[in-house]
Amino acid sequence: MTGEKQKEKDIGKRDFIDFNAALWKYNGEKGAMIPLLQLAQDTYGYIPEFAIDSISEIVGIPSAEIYGVITFYSQFRLKPFGKYLIRICEGTACHVNGAKSILRAIEDELGITIDETTDDGMFTFLSVACLGCCSLSPVMMINEDTYGRLTPAKARDIIRNYKKNIKEVTA
Amino acid sequence: MKKIKVGLGTCGISAGGMKVYEELEKEIGEKNLKVDLCETGCMGMCYKEVLVEVIDEDGTSSLYGEVTSDKIKGIINNHIMKNQPVEEWIVKNEKPKEDDTFFAKQKRIVLRNCGVINPSSIDEYINAGGYKALELVLKESDPVKLINTIKESGLRGRGGGGFLTGMKWQFAHGAKSDKKYVICNADEGDPGAFMDRSVLESDPHSVLEGMIICGFAIGSDEAYIYVRAEYPRAVYRLKNAIKQSHEKGFLGKNILGSRFSFKIKIKEGAGAFVCGEETALIASIEGKRGTPRIRPPFPANKGLFGKPTNINNVETFANVPWIIMNGAEAFASLGTPNSKGTKVFALAGKIARGGLVEVPMGITINEIVHEIGGGIKGNKKFKAVQMGGPSGGCIPSSMGALEIDYQQINKTGAIMGSGGLVVVDETTCMVDMAKFFLRFTQNESCGKCTFCRIGTKRMLEILERITDGRGEKDDIDLLLDLADTIKNNTLCGLGQTAPNPVLTTIKYFREEYEAHIFNKKCPAHSCSALVNYKIDAEKCIGCTLCVRNCPVNAITGEKKKPHSINQEICIKCGKCFDICKLNAVIKD
Repeated sequence: MTGEKQKEKDIGKRDFIDFNAALWKYNGEKGAMIPLLQLAQDTYGYIPEFAIDSISEIVGIPSAEIYGVITFYSQFRLKPFGKYLIRICEGTACHVNGAKSILRAIEDELGITIDETTDDGMFTFLSVACLGCCSLSPVMMINEDTYGRLTPAKARDIIRNYKKNIKEVTA
Repeated sequence: MKKIKVGLGTCGISAGGMKVYEELEKEIGEKNLKVDLCETGCMGMCYKEVLVEVIDEDGTSSLYGEVTSDKIKGIINNHIMKNQPVEEWIVKNEKPKEDDTFFAKQKRIVLRNCGVINPSSIDEYINAGGYKALELVLKESDPVKLINTIKESGLRGRGGGGFLTGMKWQFAHGAKSDKKYVICNADEGDPGAFMDRSVLESDPHSVLEGMIICGFAIGSDEAYIYVRAEYPRAVYRLKNAIKQSHEKGFLGKNILGSRFSFKIKIKEGAGAFVCGEETALIASIEGKRGTPRIRPPFPANKGLFGKPTNINNVETFANVPWIIMNGAEAFASLGTPNSKGTKVFALAGKIARGGLVEVPMGITINEIVHEIGGGIKGNKKFKAVQMGGPSGGCIPSSMGALEIDYQQINKTGAIMGSGGLVVVDETTCMVDMAKFFLRFTQNESCGKCTFCRIGTKRMLEILERITDGRGEKDDIDLLLDLADTIKNNTLCGLGQTAPNPVLTTIKYFREEYEAHIFNKKCPAHSCSALVNYKIDAEKCIGCTLCVRNCPVNAITGEKKKPHSINQEICIKCGKCFDICKLNAVIKD
């Protein structure tokens, strides 16, 4: 119980209660595991260990099996993301239109590679198979905003703008 | 009253459609104009986004392309207020236009309402003839006749496999059980494919109607739509459409007063390509890891939660209401002897006019690329089309006269697939293309079958060393041998087709593989390890931009004098090539 109390403090009481309340609603429904994991991720931004245990208790599936499901799907993550999630499209259309050079420019600008987060916790850089706006290729998304018809220089400018805004906000 | 429609599919939004919509709203409000402003889905001309259609009082339509803030003011001031359309910005109206060839050879069945109706409005769908097919089916109340109609139409599953839809329905209809399921596969995972997303975003009700009719045909009362979580807009529109459908009585208990009841639930996929395979998809809906299992038993006998299940994809379902309303013969009159109807393609890559197109089966690749697509961007040479994504292959331009038809495409070694059609030009390296797809399948292999899990990994390593200039003389044979083994020793369609991109590129572009292996050259100048960067002394003005940006100081030269690259030091990162504004850095 004390462990759970500590976790409540860590994550924020409100979220924890909301999540647990939502968990109980699902009781008994067939095939509920993936929606429950999506719920956990929507609440916390990632899937914390205690959420796995809570889900295990409710659906009666061992934690190890849930862990297997989490690692199978690319949507789920066990660590939190940065504030800005950069998703570069490496779909076929973007690939033939030079996505690699955009990727290199962003890596260079941020000092991290794909699947990494910057030390200040601001940017996470991911590669995805297709964002579905092939006619605007090459494309990247930063959080919900899409940037199309990129060149390496344009991509660098966009990232620099974000960095500038972060600096202004913190100052 | 005039009507203004803004195309707000994902590509319209990415190109700034939301901003255009808001600015139009503001202008209309400020000037207090009587105009009906609404949103619509994908109009297909992705290369001209943002698209705005103005419909005059008499029904005349003018479609404006590449709309920006400046154009909005012009359209409002001239067209809306003075009744003077701005002809030079219009890409489509009743007068002949340059872009007419984009539409000339298209035949819209699946996309009949896309970009025409407001996808958030069930009334517009009904006014366009929607849910009439369902009414008709319930009135006749004869599932066997219904299944026969679908069989006679010759409709094949549009997800890639191309199995006859009517047959599939018949199997599920014949299975005896107290409970049956319908599943709509909207887990569109091929990189370079966005057909299903566009249909779900632009005309969700046509998919729902197809599913409800299928439910009646096989005797099911419950359905799932398995849609990618990466398509938030499609999920949103589907949820909205299901709610509206319930309110109007097209879903729920005793639909339209009949004894037939049906409900549809949405399951969001969690990002696994293999879940496009039907048995893996079923496992995923059940909440498990999405790995395929051995068939038989087929889902038609033992599917979701062990019950008989019929799975079709989005495009297949969207065809169904049209077939019911227009008759099996009308559908079967389109296409070739073994492939009926139309196919939607997502046209992308090095093409002048990329977008969403729907063409009758039997059209040639050349017609799609040169007439609809407007040829290759930037006066480059057409090299090949990639069809079928990671399960498909590259068809060379020399076979451009090939008619698009399930059998003809299979003969080339590619597959029809779900409809991604990526055009490549002379600057695309075919070995790199094969490597690209293999890396994708390698990443997405679920790991169940050894030959898929490890075999694709070994193939990828070989391709990597070929493109790195470390290719060995037996590599092509080794690739062919591994491909054969993988094809014959894996469980699901994804594993069995994983070697296709490699096999087709070896078949049609073997000389490119040989140039990489034996001459250590990439004919397309695309593989960085096999490219030498040089500076064209005639073009270089000595601006020192490349000197300052070279990470290893390989470039030397004084200001205002041509620079040169030291090949010993150069790491071929390509930075100088990217940043030179005068194109003075050349690849050799």
